[in-house]
Amino acid sequence: MAIDTKKCVGCSDCVVACQTENNVPIGYCRDWVVEVMDGTYPQLEIELRSERCNHCENSPCVRCCPTGASHYADGGIVLVTKNECIGCSACIASCPYDARYVHPDGYVDKCTFCLHRVKKGMQPACVAVCPTKCMYFGDLNDPRSDVSKILKKRKHKTLIPEAGTKPQLYFLI
Amino acid sequence: MKSRRQFIKISSLSAAGLIFGGGLLDSLASSILKENQSYFKGPFDFTRTPTYCEVCFWKCAGWVYKDENGRIKKIIGNDDDPNCNGRFCPRGTGGVGMHYDEDRLKTPLIRTEERGKQTFREASWDEALEYIASKMKEIKEEHGPECTALFSHGSGGKYFGKVIKGFGSRNIAAPSYAQCRGPREVAFIATYGSGVNSPENTDIRDTKCLVLIGAHIGENMHNGQVQEMSDAIDKGATIITVDPRFSTAASKSKFWLPIKPATDIALLLSWMHVIISEELYDKKYVEKYTYGFDQLKAHVKNFTPEWAYGITTIKPDQIRETARTMAHAAPAVLVHPGRHVTWYGDDTQRLRAVAILNALLGSWGRRGGFYNPDKASVPHYHLPPYPKPEKTWRDAMGGKYILADLALASGVCDASIPTPDLDCSIRGWIVNGTNLINTLPDQKKTIDAIQKLDLLAVVDTMPMEITGYADVVLPECVYLERYDSLRISQGREPSIALRMPAVDPLYNSKPAYWIARELAKKLDLLEYFPFETIEEELDWELKQVGSSLEEMQKIGVKRLEREVDDLYFADGEDIEFDTNTGKIELYSTVLEEEGFDPIPVYTPHPEPSEGFYRLIYGRAPMHTFSRTANNPNLTDLMSENSVWVNPKVAKEWDLKNDQYIYLENQDGVVSDFPIKVRVTERIRWDSVYMVHGFGHADKRLKRCFGKGVSDTQMITNVMIDPIMGGTGMRGNFVTFRFDNKKTEV
Repeated sequence: MAIDTKKCVGCSDCVVACQTENNVPIGYCRDWVVEVMDGTYPQLEIELRSERCNHCENSPCVRCCPTGASHYADGGIVLVTKNECIGCSACIASCPYDARYVHPDGYVDKCTFCLHRVKKGMQPACVAVCPTKCMYFGDLNDPRSDVSKILKKRKHKTLIPEAGTKPQLYFLI
Repeated sequence: MKSRRQFIKISSLSAAGLIFGGGLLDSLASSILKENQSYFKGPFDFTRTPTYCEVCFWKCAGWVYKDENGRIKKIIGNDDDPNCNGRFCPRGTGGVGMHYDEDRLKTPLIRTEERGKQTFREASWDEALEYIASKMKEIKEEHGPECTALFSHGSGGKYFGKVIKGFGSRNIAAPSYAQCRGPREVAFIATYGSGVNSPENTDIRDTKCLVLIGAHIGENMHNGQVQEMSDAIDKGATIITVDPRFSTAASKSKFWLPIKPATDIALLLSWMHVIISEELYDKKYVEKYTYGFDQLKAHVKNFTPEWAYGITTIKPDQIRETARTMAHAAPAVLVHPGRHVTWYGDDTQRLRAVAILNALLGSWGRRGGFYNPDKASVPHYHLPPYPKPEKTWRDAMGGKYILADLALASGVCDASIPTPDLDCSIRGWIVNGTNLINTLPDQKKTIDAIQKLDLLAVVDTMPMEITGYADVVLPECVYLERYDSLRISQGREPSIALRMPAVDPLYNSKPAYWIARELAKKLDLLEYFPFETIEEELDWELKQVGSSLEEMQKIGVKRLEREVDDLYFADGEDIEFDTNTGKIELYSTVLEEEGFDPIPVYTPHPEPSEGFYRLIYGRAPMHTFSRTANNPNLTDLMSENSVWVNPKVAKEWDLKNDQYIYLENQDGVVSDFPIKVRVTERIRWDSVYMVHGFGHADKRLKRCFGKGVSDTQMITNVMIDPIMGGTGMRGNFVTFRFDNKKTEV
């Protein structure tokens, strides 16, 4: 997934759309918005980012999970099998992005890239709802996909690459 | 803003990698679906019904999804809707919270007295409506039917309007006019013979240069405009933002002009000076379509960027460069007229300057400027004529504000306070879906007016502050539980949208149509409601345009063809504008006739005294005014407002981030509640900023009671626009207090 920080207005529509799509209880979230401001008046810059699980290639959350509930699904998406999760929260402590939370029902929950939608050929809820169309989701192996094309065209970065987790969310800057 | 962490250091660039291969997704998804069937329930088992959103005035059309138990799960935009293009904003997506909010009004209430203390008692619908009808009849007998009024901001207004008009009054007002966009409409009508209306006919999608003056698109979530601004960014449009605050839009702009508040007219005149003196204006357009260019040229001769610099603090080279940038993009340039424009009392003149600047650039009627909107014409069932009232609220204005093309909510309020010299006599109000306590400035005056009334009936979904002053409170069901009139909004192409109930009304709440018709029955006005149910009325109307209720229930939105292909002016086309001269009036003959400046003039406004800061307010994308502050989903995104303070000011007052303080304004009004400090470079040192709509004082709003400060409470100095009666609200200054004890005088 790629997110265009030049278009994001930080409205949090992605957050509420994820909550209603995925039954995330009020008070919790799988995605959130970060605003970073730099400079002094009137030389200022703001970066707005919709953030979520980075679906890292080298995920500390998967490595530290004692039951195997946190796992890479085929293709590298990081998921939690709810029935196998004992809610020990080791994964939460290990995640440099703070992308997970303990669901009130006792298991750890996080972004799934809305695979139930993707499976039906739909975009994840956050991507589909965004009024600024600042999010691009698709197959990075396919050079014709929107996300591949935009990453080829635009400067981008990942967050906290120094943590060595090989994050897979790209921010267009 | 929902943010799990406040701050993440911006890290360095890293190379793109591959997430996963094609084809793997399918096997992955199916394995998940197998292991966690119930958890991954998608929209596929859901049923959907059409609606259009009532969380704000944009009225986006969408689908309400219900699960197999009939519970509303989510609301998604309708792909065919030109207002939203299938994408709802956070408020529309969070509209589910309007249905589930447990603090909703549940049953009719009547004010009563128990042991010397006023309280509400629950009443039946029949009793509550009988109470209102009998009070209205009393007012009619003693004072005449003209002495009733309707305030409305919402879809139900149409039906209560029929009752009031049938009863014999034309006092129907919405705070969206005199407290918001009124000056803009009057200014554009004076210039072009036509207002911009809603949704605005701004061609942001195709603009090459977007100029925002105090308009904070992206924080105001006017959906279509936010989407089009994003499209314009994609296409490389230049954005110029004029704002004392570094707004979200300013952060997307090539040029941010951090103007000293209340000096916008000086900047606009100076831009005109550059464009005329450097001969950058659209000569053909100006010659063919406009009236009064020579007077304008003479008027702006001395308004050099150097002159404006001393007033606005914007550097002369920046004024020149931005003027040239606009002219370079012309006619695909849009000096946006904004929406909430009641700032300093000379707002019609400021918006006139905006309109004139657009005319010089030739952007009205041109691609990338302003398009010519179209609207579906849906016939209404023929009703008997409404009785002609002998007087209206206007008679209480002493001949002022005749250029106001709609009723002033503040004027109707004024006309309810008796004065010796003016005919002020409104005695009964029906208020539908607008919390006047937080929408009209000068709360004391609003409450004074209410105390003079014989009847205040409030129809709302939530126990807003206004309901606390009511004699009768009627619980309307929320928009997800009712039909309403068709949405017929203007746009590039005409469209109609249907709202139908997704679920039955919760509690003992009822839809506006039913409430209004039952009241009409008691007032012997049933002739204005010939259809027993709203479904019959909608079906009749839809059949006149070749559709039907049945069809609309399936599609939600129907797009119609434009009758004439005139989205933009054709090259050299002869156009007759609806003004006195038939031209675009750079020099306004109608303003001259009424004794106002025919060309805008800059006049200085009062500045804050030492230790005080100008109060600027605005919007947050996840809330609509004070309407959504208690919505469980939206409160989760933002639960209170904060006061933005420049670090220099914070240092002087020793204010820290997240510290709670009280505010006191120039008239000694201290905020009811404390507000969190946000120390930020994004605001000038002479101003503070807060989001409007918080600081609710009604305890029945459990989630938002006492959260933040109500800017409306701090707005006691109201600068009235002499042209149309708009209420300028940005001439208020606040200082910081560490407790809320009143200052001893």
